[in-house]
Amino acid sequence: MLNSGAWRSALSRQTLLVLPALILMVGVFIYPVGRLLLRSLSEPVWGLQNFRELMVQPVYFSALVNTVVISGSVTLICLLAGYPLAYTIARASGRAQRLLIFAVLIPFWSSILVRTFAWLVLLQSRGLVNRTLIDLGIIETPVTMVHNRVGVLVGMVHILLPFMVLPLYSVMVRIDASYTHAAASLGAPPVKNFLRVYLPLSWPGVINGTVLVFVMGLGYFITPALLGGAGDTMVAQLIEVEVADLGRWGIAGALAVVLMFGVTVTFAFLFRIGNPATRK
Amino acid sequence: MTNIRTERLWNALRIAVCALLLIFLVAPMLIVIIISFSSAHFLTFPPPGYSLQWYRKLFGDPAWFDSMVVSVEIIVPTGILAMALGTAAALGLSRGEFPGKRVVTGLLMAPIVVPVIIIAAATYGLFQIWSLNGTLLGFVLAHTVLTVPYVTSTVLASLEMVDEGYGKAALTLGASPWTVFRRIVFPLILPGVLSGLLFAMVISFDELVVSLFIGSPTFRPVTVQMWSDVTGDVDPTIAAIGTLLFLFSLLVLLLEAATRRSGTSSPLMGRS
Repeated sequence: MLNSGAWRSALSRQTLLVLPALILMVGVFIYPVGRLLLRSLSEPVWGLQNFRELMVQPVYFSALVNTVVISGSVTLICLLAGYPLAYTIARASGRAQRLLIFAVLIPFWSSILVRTFAWLVLLQSRGLVNRTLIDLGIIETPVTMVHNRVGVLVGMVHILLPFMVLPLYSVMVRIDASYTHAAASLGAPPVKNFLRVYLPLSWPGVINGTVLVFVMGLGYFITPALLGGAGDTMVAQLIEVEVADLGRWGIAGALAVVLMFGVTVTFAFLFRIGNPATRK
Repeated sequence: MTNIRTERLWNALRIAVCALLLIFLVAPMLIVIIISFSSAHFLTFPPPGYSLQWYRKLFGDPAWFDSMVVSVEIIVPTGILAMALGTAAALGLSRGEFPGKRVVTGLLMAPIVVPVIIIAAATYGLFQIWSLNGTLLGFVLAHTVLTVPYVTSTVLASLEMVDEGYGKAALTLGASPWTVFRRIVFPLILPGVLSGLLFAMVISFDELVVSLFIGSPTFRPVTVQMWSDVTGDVDPTIAAIGTLLFLFSLLVLLLEAATRRSGTSSPLMGRS
């Protein structure tokens, strides 16, 4: 009796240990983020003027479009490339599997800035990629691949591909090969077998990876700033310019609100579609 | 029969695609490492010859050297603070239900899902009022916010494997709750706590976007120095520092694998 009471009071006191981290989060995260979002309505005067500005000024509107289009294209490329890669890793055995996972994790462990720099070197007009393509006779004159959309897509896919492969892999590794074998032995042609058996089984991984990559892509700043051109400006870059160069907190706040809205909607989609209980 | 043949064809195609993807993933880092030893004075690949000149510049040039010192000054207190707060929070969350537990957990994990550009702009705005931009305290606070979620989730994962029965048994035998923690729980979660510390330090070392906002010309970590280098005159110094950063991360990864004796789930999956 006494013991269980002592145990319970020890537990409730233990709960108080969340307080230091919670105070830090409220003070240095929730408060400033809330304040930034609120400034969209309060600066320079209270009202919706900043959001109206976002709709009217072509600069902001095209950045919003760019953000969705670039993030969407990156997600699609990552899915198309990541799916067979994750499948291969999931099917590989023991040592090969560990090696493949390590290879996927290598870019994970080198800084985004350094990798973007590497692409800057590789993709420049006299860079390795262009020279190789010319040597192989595929192209005759160098193709521009940096400071345009191509550069942004290559750089972002390189950074975000692991975030697609790992969720896919973690689902695929649990799919029993006997399902597809059974379907094949019952006469299902490979394409049908894949579409009706394997794809539905790997669906949670597809959703998780897609949402993860898309959401991370929405807030991208470093890669489009270094590898993109004037036509590839994304919302995050505008936030930086508005805050650091122009000091227009109202517009920056409004852009932040829009970005947070995009992230929230995407996550809401994940919970609706990704949750097996609500899926039919 | 045709089924088997098309299947073989598809498999060959899949293997080829995967090989190309692996090259795509790994090649940039290899090229950075090679360029860092270049003897040329400009960026070119493959380099005409090899030298250590960029590493000499890294340690000889005050701008680079000072920024590396600043980075170390930031990551040590950040790692320790994040480890302490994250471990405490995980212990608080791990036992029993309390009202608002889901909200508290969500709050502690939120810095992972909120776009870092928003955190950066928001923190910069806050530090304008608190006069913390360009200060060590500001950096430690901001980086701790970014790294606490990783420590918390790592420690929570190792706590999940600690059997509550151990603690109950020890209490029954007359041990104080503090003794239970010190003698039973803490040794069991120590690998998780240490990998939390290491990950916090790596993330803080690699952090650019928030640092870009809250840094000042006189107090800026090495990533911000790299940024101004890449956006200005690019030379292979950044490849040298990139190689060192990569080796540091790799070392931490190996250390983490060594400390993780049991099957604690790794926070790798959540790293952004």
